[in-house]
Amino acid sequence: MSNKEIWVFAEQREGVLSNATLELLSEGQILAKKSGYTLCAMLLSSDDTNLLQGLYNYGAKKVYSAVDKKLAFYQNDYYSKVISDLINENKPEIVLYGATSVGRSLAPTIAVMVYAGLTADCTELDFDTEQMLLLQTRPAFGGNIMATILCPNHRPQMSTVRPNVFKKTKLSENEKGEKVAVKVDLSKVKERMRLIEETIEEMDAVDLCEAEFIVSGGRGIGGPENFPKIQALAKELGAAVGASRATVDAGWIAHFHQVGQTGKTVCPKVYIACGISGAIQHLAGMQSSDFIVAINKDPQAPIFDVADIGVVGDLHEIVPELTSQIKALKK
Amino acid sequence: MNIAVCIKQVPDSDKVTIDRETNRLNRTGVPSVINPFDENAIELGLQLKDKYGGKVTVITMGPPQAEQALRDCIAVGADDAYLITDRKFAGADTWATSYTLSLAVQKAGNFDVVLFGKQAIDGDTAQVGPGVAYFMDIPVITYVKEAEKTDKGFKVKRVTEEGYQVWEVDGQAAFTVVKEANTMRLPSLKGKMRAKSATITTWGADDIGVEEEKIGLKGSPTIVRKVFSPPIKTNRETIQNEDPKQSVKELLGKLKERKLI
Ligand SMILES: Cc1cc2nc3c(=O)[nH]c(=O)nc-3n(C[C@H](O)[C@H](O)[C@H](O)COP(=O)(O)OP(=O)(O)OC[C@H]3O[C@@H](n4cnc5c(N)ncnc54)[C@H](O)[C@@H]3O)c2cc1C
Ligand SMILES: Nc1ncnc2c1ncn2[C@@H]1O[C@H](COP(=O)(O)O)[C@@H](O)[C@H]1O
Repeated sequence: MSNKEIWVFAEQREGVLSNATLELLSEGQILAKKSGYTLCAMLLSSDDTNLLQGLYNYGAKKVYSAVDKKLAFYQNDYYSKVISDLINENKPEIVLYGATSVGRSLAPTIAVMVYAGLTADCTELDFDTEQMLLLQTRPAFGGNIMATILCPNHRPQMSTVRPNVFKKTKLSENEKGEKVAVKVDLSKVKERMRLIEETIEEMDAVDLCEAEFIVSGGRGIGGPENFPKIQALAKELGAAVGASRATVDAGWIAHFHQVGQTGKTVCPKVYIACGISGAIQHLAGMQSSDFIVAINKDPQAPIFDVADIGVVGDLHEIVPELTSQIKALKK
Repeated sequence: MNIAVCIKQVPDSDKVTIDRETNRLNRTGVPSVINPFDENAIELGLQLKDKYGGKVTVITMGPPQAEQALRDCIAVGADDAYLITDRKFAGADTWATSYTLSLAVQKAGNFDVVLFGKQAIDGDTAQVGPGVAYFMDIPVITYVKEAEKTDKGFKVKRVTEEGYQVWEVDGQAAFTVVKEANTMRLPSLKGKMRAKSATITTWGADDIGVEEEKIGLKGSPTIVRKVFSPPIKTNRETIQNEDPKQSVKELLGKLKERKLI
């Protein structure tokens, strides 16, 4: 028998909880209400003192906390050992992970270790109260189709969930919760991999995956000399800069700006596509944005099919004008 | 260095159809290619071979026609190829695929490194690499951009959201490779000739000694309940004016109305 609990993997980096974790707990509150299960977090760290309250505040009633020097940061062998032991011991119904570089590496290992189903990169979760099953919905085939996945006969039901899809809802600043101290014994786990260096790159201001606003440029901007127009608008909006693959392949901008099937998946509040035709591979990375503005001189461009507002016109006129009108607005 | 690369053949088209009865993707009639991310894994494998000598073996689990993808790998320089195919594998999710592939890889050779693409573009799951590694009991590093040999194993650069990490791994290892790593080389004339005549080893369920209840649909914890098309936006507003100033004014008005700015 499994335990009537929903677990959220609490991802921390250098003692700070990730946004994805707080979003998941917020969605977890809803799932907990629907299912009647208890919302819990599982935290791995080298020191949990400053982390527990944050988890309670976002709705975790119970935090399974594993503290060990070796758990300071994500190391696949250590993390998967601790989590799979915890799962085997406590048998939660549901375990959720953020679809971050950590979650998407760790969860697949745990899924095979505990023989659980795992649905990758979900954009929607719901609970079927009749069958008492988690409904996990995700885009597949580069967003061409959506699929709802179930895991009827194995426990736990696990998903990685795309960051920026769920809104954060904090209950209060001083919620109460219970800490369950987890005994950690990693002495038998051989150290097969070591992190020897970590570099945080100076991105152009705002990170794409976390951004509320994104301004993206495509081949329509005409050349690398025009990216500053996009960057200026982005700066005015506090937005991150995105790009289509065509511009990246042409060497106009670095690859980490690329949005799409072979680039990043983003879900900002507002996505402004400038001079992007809207190839299916590009749409795959941005069509779940809350609100999409497309600026393109071709009224037939497929980007307009996913846009909430389509501006037909020359971006070389529109984009600088938009930048200056926003600037004026702020004054 | 003995290198294995797991590759998947995927449909090369926006025209994906769905079998309404089984809710599985319909692959017939859709042209297929090597999964684009797997090209980066192949190229990394070939570069390791260029640098340290050895052999690149490509392995795929899929329908008989996946043989073509393997031949394409030989054309760019892979040495050996294995096709893991059996009706019994049909309907496998990532759990069952990981299990099946891990047995095939272990039977195909004793590899220093097993490479995967970052993810397959049909399912976009990125789960098979870590899954296979666990079944093989070897360490896995995901999102690898560069790899080099060390005395004990490998040193690799791993891409993260914020930048990158450098990891050292001991002994045999598995890596999933990102697109930024490289661009796959073009096939040579000699390679193309070899691809035509090369023998592809084909194994079924019995050859790799699987436990039947762990493969195919039966071995898969997840099932697809329904498949649907993403909703299209029908309430789009269009702004089109002679004067860009006017367009921008309208745009800002609409954004303000919705409290987006
Ligand atoms: C396997 C695979 C994976 C891929 N992955 C990705 C991916 O991750 N991301 C991605 O983006 N692409 C990806 N692509 C490429 C994709 O198919 C398109 O080629 C690419 O997105 C096109 O980029 P674009 O829209 O910038 O260029 P184009 O298609 O050339 O579009 C340029 C647009 O700009 C407009 N324009 C031109 N001048 C102006 C002007 N002055 N003012 C306003 N509008 C103007 C034009 O009307 C046109 O619509 C992938 C392709 C494949 C095969
Ligand atoms: N059927 C398969 N045969 C061989 N390799 C596969 C198969 N499915 C997935 N892979 C490998 O695993 C990676 C991740 O796939 P996925 O988990 O499906 O996104 C791919 O890039 C391939 O390297």
